Amino acid sequence: MTRSMEDYLKAVHKISREEEVASTTKISKALRVAPASVTEMLKKLAEKDYVKYSPYHGTTLTKKGLKIAEKTARKHRLLERFLHDVLKIDKIKVHEQACEMEHTLSDDAEESLCRFLKHPDSCPDDGKIIPPCDLKISSCAECVQLHKRGLEEVGKHKQNLISINKLKDGQFGKISFIRGGHKVLQRLLDMGLTPGTRISVLRVAPLGGPVVLAVRSSKLAIGKGIAKKVFVEIEE
Amino acid sequence: MSCHSESIEKSNNRKNGEKLTIALAGNANVGKSVIFNQLTGSNQIIGNWPGKTVDRAEGSLCFENYEISVIDLPGIYSFSTFSLEEVVSREYIAKEKPDVVINVLDASVLERNLFFTLQLIEMNAPLVLCLNQIDIAKKKGMIIDKQKLEKALGVPVVLTIATRGEGLYELIESAVKVATENTKRKKINYHNDLETRIEKLTQLIETEKIDLEYPSRWIAIKLLEGDTEIVKLVKSKSAKIVDISYILSQELSTIHDEPCFSIVASERYAYASMITSSAMKQNEVKNTFSEKLDWVTTHKVFGYFIAIGVITGLLLWTFIVGDFLSGLISEGLSFIEPLDPQVSGPIVSVIWNGVFNGFVAGVTLVIPFVIPFYFLLAMIEDSGILTRVAFMMDSVMHKIGLHGKALIPLILGYGCSVPAIHSCKIMESRRERLLAAFAITFVPCAARTLVILGLVGVFLGPIWALTLYAVDLILIFLLGRIAMKVVPGKSTGLIMEMHSFKVPSLSVVSKQTWTRTKSIIFMVFPIYIIGSAIVQALYALDLLTPISNAMSPLTVTWLGLPAITGILLILGVVRKEFILLGAVAVFGTTNLLGPFSPVQLITLALVAMLYIPCLSTIIILIKEFGWKAATSISIANIISAIIIGGLAYRLLEIIL
Ligand SMILES: Nc1nc2c(ncn2[C@@H]2O[C@H](COP(=O)(O)OP(=O)(O)OP(=O)(O)O)[C@@H](O)[C@H]2O)c(=O)[nH]1
Ligand SMILES: [Mg+2]
Ligand SMILES: [Zn+2]
Ligand SMILES: [Zn+2]
Repeated sequence: MTRSMEDYLKAVHKISREEEVASTTKISKALRVAPASVTEMLKKLAEKDYVKYSPYHGTTLTKKGLKIAEKTARKHRLLERFLHDVLKIDKIKVHEQACEMEHTLSDDAEESLCRFLKHPDSCPDDGKIIPPCDLKISSCAECVQLHKRGLEEVGKHKQNLISINKLKDGQFGKISFIRGGHKVLQRLLDMGLTPGTRISVLRVAPLGGPVVLAVRSSKLAIGKGIAKKVFVEIEE
Repeated sequence: MSCHSESIEKSNNRKNGEKLTIALAGNANVGKSVIFNQLTGSNQIIGNWPGKTVDRAEGSLCFENYEISVIDLPGIYSFSTFSLEEVVSREYIAKEKPDVVINVLDASVLERNLFFTLQLIEMNAPLVLCLNQIDIAKKKGMIIDKQKLEKALGVPVVLTIATRGEGLYELIESAVKVATENTKRKKINYHNDLETRIEKLTQLIETEKIDLEYPSRWIAIKLLEGDTEIVKLVKSKSAKIVDISYILSQELSTIHDEPCFSIVASERYAYASMITSSAMKQNEVKNTFSEKLDWVTTHKVFGYFIAIGVITGLLLWTFIVGDFLSGLISEGLSFIEPLDPQVSGPIVSVIWNGVFNGFVAGVTLVIPFVIPFYFLLAMIEDSGILTRVAFMMDSVMHKIGLHGKALIPLILGYGCSVPAIHSCKIMESRRERLLAAFAITFVPCAARTLVILGLVGVFLGPIWALTLYAVDLILIFLLGRIAMKVVPGKSTGLIMEMHSFKVPSLSVVSKQTWTRTKSIIFMVFPIYIIGSAIVQALYALDLLTPISNAMSPLTVTWLGLPAITGILLILGVVRKEFILLGAVAVFGTTNLLGPFSPVQLITLALVAMLYIPCLSTIIILIKEFGWKAATSISIANIISAIIIGGLAYRLLEIIL
């Protein structure tokens, strides 16, 4: 995995979050590289099974590619936090600096950084969520413990935080934070799920179905996939 | 016309006291269209589920000496541009500048509705607040202080119960007043951190004099929120403003440790919440009937029964009531039935016979089956059960790449595919709209139900007809799964407001039933009669045989049908009922069990149900999704009809 490969995967990841599939033109614009070299690189990445590439349908990440892209984004954002929070470097400058450093940061260093920063959940310059870590070794006791309880709980660092699909009928909670793209987040905010809002769960449908929340005297049905990303502090 | 000359023109009109434009805006399902229909006598779709009105509609009204044009806008929750409806409403209010915007609110969900009101105030729209559904709010123990609300927002407030027409006169009165008098508007100040930055940016926008159609304060807020459209727009005029807005929003997100668009939303909600708690008193109420219904319909056991009950009950009801009424009507008509069906002899009598058969078939099918069906559909739509069914079936719908909300257009598809495909706009992405529309082309619409009833239900009994429906539902699921794999892209999740149950309003329901039936009687009936006469004449003159023969490898050899069905299937593309009416015309009898064997009747009904969307459906598919998608869907229909029809024929030969 070379540095430029990581940049490509990161770009494909970012674009396909916004438009489902990443076209070659978009990638070439994002990386400021000629379309011909983009095509060449995409083919190379496809050979190694990091992306699914088709000249007409655009590019999507494979599981393997997604993992690397998320990992790079995580390193990038952890570094931004570190540069900004600890070294007090100006916000406007942290992004570029982090872009340089993300490729050389080892996984060990990433883990330590995460622990040192007390598992932050968003990056400073654009509020993007830091992807959860994928620790396998037991150097960070807390992380491992979190890991055992399932992926969606990794990254929560306050006490009592739980995603709303885990609440039971009739339980109350206060919105703490929501993960997800701008579009979903905006829609949930519009519907009244702003941080600090008190909600209660009225119904959880069986078989991985949606939940019904009571929020600001309205009733809101939310699919499980989205409910998993809404974290609340439980109130009794 | 530039926006300047238009505003001058409008102010001139005001002096003459002639023309005014009123727009109805607000959250989904608050009662905008009920008000619109009451004011203008139009027939907008009404029902108790969010997202019925998808395009803006226009109507007119005379009030005192004003000629008022009223615009019904789609229901939205905010002015971001993530959905089409939001763009439609935002562009309309900002660019067309109606003389007054009536902001319709669901009084029982005041706080959430005020979130949108605040955005209208940010847009500097001349406003009247219409607190609708006061009856529901009362039932929930909510008492709203109108004066306090008016004072807090600086906007006139009118309380209404739209379904009963209560308060609508005052509403128009106060709208006209706002439109014609220069009222002073109150400024809403947000929290200090945010407010100072909004003001800084507003001032900058004003000194830079970038000439945009939107008010400066609103642009400032949208820039801070990072609204992509507005950022792009402003950037084209002045990059400096965008840069500064970026820095300001960074500052804000550092202070609050949240992205800036979330801070703005929180601020609005904080304001809405403050107003609500001062203007509304909430009394304790006992568990209302509507709450109990909610409990049952979302229950993990009963909920599924009810959901399936709604999906199948609509068809069952059509059968039972329709069968009964149809019996009565054909008895009533029998005295004028000609003794000898004419298939030969003078051409005039052949044509007359065709006309008569077309008429009888129309009367005995349309009235008894279609009216009860539309009546129950309107009841179901207006009750609020559809969102509960959507909730219960969400995980099933995910299996075909959709989410629960897509079930609503599918159920509407029992009526007619065209409005059903239109309402696919409630889905979030094009991919989901396409998948839902594809599924709808297989849903048995009223026309197909008539064919199934006329071919199978009448001669072989309702069990066979219901079996066909069951087969169809299974097919929809299987084909939907295939389509999901074929069409690339991700699925989005469900986010849907569930409004309280309501007792369906009889006037709304009967009007809706009549509107839909009327379109069948006046538009489709003549087509039945003319079509049926033409077919019979062509048949008598032996003009159909060459075409039928050309298609016989498919119809006779593979599907085991009489050769003449080839021509019927071609006619059926125009309207599916022609398959039935054509058969009646060609064979000169309403008893089809002679010319067809039972196996043939079932096979024909099955093929008719699947083989292609009818002409008007194809047209709307082209309009919504383009040629390519419409063609692919039609071809997929034809192929599945041929495969399944042939297999069914062979299987039925063994069973029957
Ligand atoms: N009880 C009661 N029901 C009402 C009142 N006003 C509207 N309704 C019902 O509320 C539901 C929604 O009304 P619509 O007029 O279709 O709502 P809309 O705002 O046009 O909705 P969209 O077009 O989906 O945004 C219908 O079931 C109406 O019968 C009211 O004042 N009282
Ligand atoms: Mg409407
Ligand atoms: Zn960043
Ligand atoms: Zn960690």
